[in-house]
Amino acid sequence: MPKKKTSLTKEQKLELYYLLKLTRAVEETVVRLYKQGRVVGGVYLSRGMEAASVGAAYALERDDILFPIHRDTGAHLAKGQSPKAIFLQYLGRADSPSRGRDPGIHFSDRSLNVVGNISHLGSMIPVAVGAAMAMKLAGKKNVSLNFIGEGGSNIGDFHEGLNLAAVQKAPFILVVENNQFAYSTPTHLEYACENIVDRAVGYGIPGELVDGTDVVVVYEAVKKAVERARRGEGPTLIEAKMMRLTGHSAHDDAKYVPEELKKQWEQKDPILVMRRRLEAEGLLDEKVEKEIDQRIEREIEEAVEQALASPLPKPEEAAEGVYA
Amino acid sequence: MAVLTYLQAISEGMREEMRRDESVVLLGEDIGVYGGAFKVTKGFIDEFGPKRVIDTPISESAIVGAAVGMALYGFRPIAEIQFADFITVAYNQIVQNAATIHYRYGFPVPIVVRAPSGAGVHGGPFHSQNPEALFTHVPGLKVVAPSTPADAKGLLKAAVRDDNPVLYFEHKYLYRRIKGEVPEDDDFTVPIGVADVKRPGRDATVITYGSTVHTALQAAEDLSAEGAEVEVLDLRTLRPYDEQAILDSVGRTNRVLVLHEASKTGGVGAEIAAFITENAFEKLDAPVMRLGGLDTPVPYSPPLEEYWLPSKERVVGALRRLLEY
Repeated sequence: MPKKKTSLTKEQKLELYYLLKLTRAVEETVVRLYKQGRVVGGVYLSRGMEAASVGAAYALERDDILFPIHRDTGAHLAKGQSPKAIFLQYLGRADSPSRGRDPGIHFSDRSLNVVGNISHLGSMIPVAVGAAMAMKLAGKKNVSLNFIGEGGSNIGDFHEGLNLAAVQKAPFILVVENNQFAYSTPTHLEYACENIVDRAVGYGIPGELVDGTDVVVVYEAVKKAVERARRGEGPTLIEAKMMRLTGHSAHDDAKYVPEELKKQWEQKDPILVMRRRLEAEGLLDEKVEKEIDQRIEREIEEAVEQALASPLPKPEEAAEGVYA
Repeated sequence: MAVLTYLQAISEGMREEMRRDESVVLLGEDIGVYGGAFKVTKGFIDEFGPKRVIDTPISESAIVGAAVGMALYGFRPIAEIQFADFITVAYNQIVQNAATIHYRYGFPVPIVVRAPSGAGVHGGPFHSQNPEALFTHVPGLKVVAPSTPADAKGLLKAAVRDDNPVLYFEHKYLYRRIKGEVPEDDDFTVPIGVADVKRPGRDATVITYGSTVHTALQAAEDLSAEGAEVEVLDLRTLRPYDEQAILDSVGRTNRVLVLHEASKTGGVGAEIAAFITENAFEKLDAPVMRLGGLDTPVPYSPPLEEYWLPSKERVVGALRRLLEY
């Protein structure tokens, strides 16, 4: 898949690089907190997948609606979320966005137009389509974007949601993060077509297959889909191919992944891919790299400190807020 | 007050809410040009247009899922499930998404899911079900089941105005068979969570809802001729149900039969019976009894279906046992 031309400015490209590295650093910090016993719930990492998550969300405006799923730390950050909110979530603190009710990056933020997911993969697709229909019906030019894995793309809501979006010409973008494994199940046991994006033709919508390790490529493809949607031309299915360079969750050593395959994909680590691009374009040198790393280190340190100092919820709050 | 059928009352309730509030939209199968499988939305597309009366593919999960998404962004959708039996396809969206969003994220989810339920129309196993108990167990949902035209309209309007997901089980046997006076006031609503004494009595109470309110009223009439005065308490809302009205009625009659058309085991009746036992044991002169449809799928052939339903005769029989205890 050839590299495409981009409209991104130098500053934007460096910001994307920063976001990739920030995502990695936030997740590594969460793993550290998990190993220390401070994070008690599941930790689902996006190592190797950051380009799709960051690149897709970066193509959205603030009033566009983002529906991330369980590995989209990068999408939350690219939409403007703070690392502190993510740490608060993992730590289950009272002032976390979900007030301790939902773990990890299952959370929403009204001000950023981010709606969190449930664990049932694919279930957010119809909801995100509904949000897109709401934008259209309200006469707004905003879009909604949802992620799904290649694993979750085999559930009924994928079909029902995408088909409804297509007939309604809803301003909706579905990004399939194809990371080669559904927990331990390889793609040949997940679907028999060559690519998930081949299904787009069945819905009468455009589909685009992109290199999911290149944040610029993902950004450009999603940007194009967003513009289509804003013009009222309906939904787009995008498939970004990549590799989950980690287990399904923090407890999984992913021994089911052949060593050879892992090595091959490690060369396509999204941070390396972007670093090579920036270096080739003369935008990155040791000094700039160091500045980015120091900024991230500082931000993470501060965020962790504040998050750890935040109180846990009062037990009796568990009984509150079932009804609006 | 106008005299309307149960179906007309539902229809009028929706029409009034759509006129009052532009954010009220409808989604469902065949609800637009065709006017709905039961014609509840007949003429709606002409008045409100296809943007607000949205004909969908056969996709119950996407109908409810999309309604949730629209509700998160400014609309108050009414999703129609063509037959309540098909609501299981949307079960995940209702139970996992709609019911939990406010608890997890603090966002209201003002959707109404309308579901024509019930037997007695020879619909067979998949056009006759009463699935309300699948939902009354779920925190975050409200569940209503009206029995009269006035309640049907008032609860529909209250459901639309509620900021929570409300499942509205309308009994299709009642659609054209039950007529009644319905207030014409635009702001007439029946509050969710409030039961109604449909017939006062002193000797026993039938606690019920939906179609079996009418069965209970007929049974009470028969027993009245024999000198027993049976109270009929219509729950109207199944979650959150009206605890005080139940306790008040138990206090008056000291004998309770819980009746519903849905199968008996694990039904709403089990919850009500347990609630009474926990909270009014000393008021009881007899064990709380339950009567429901048979614990089988709903059969098609008329003699089988008739046997399946909790008939007036069965209700009278149960009440006699209760009164004699």
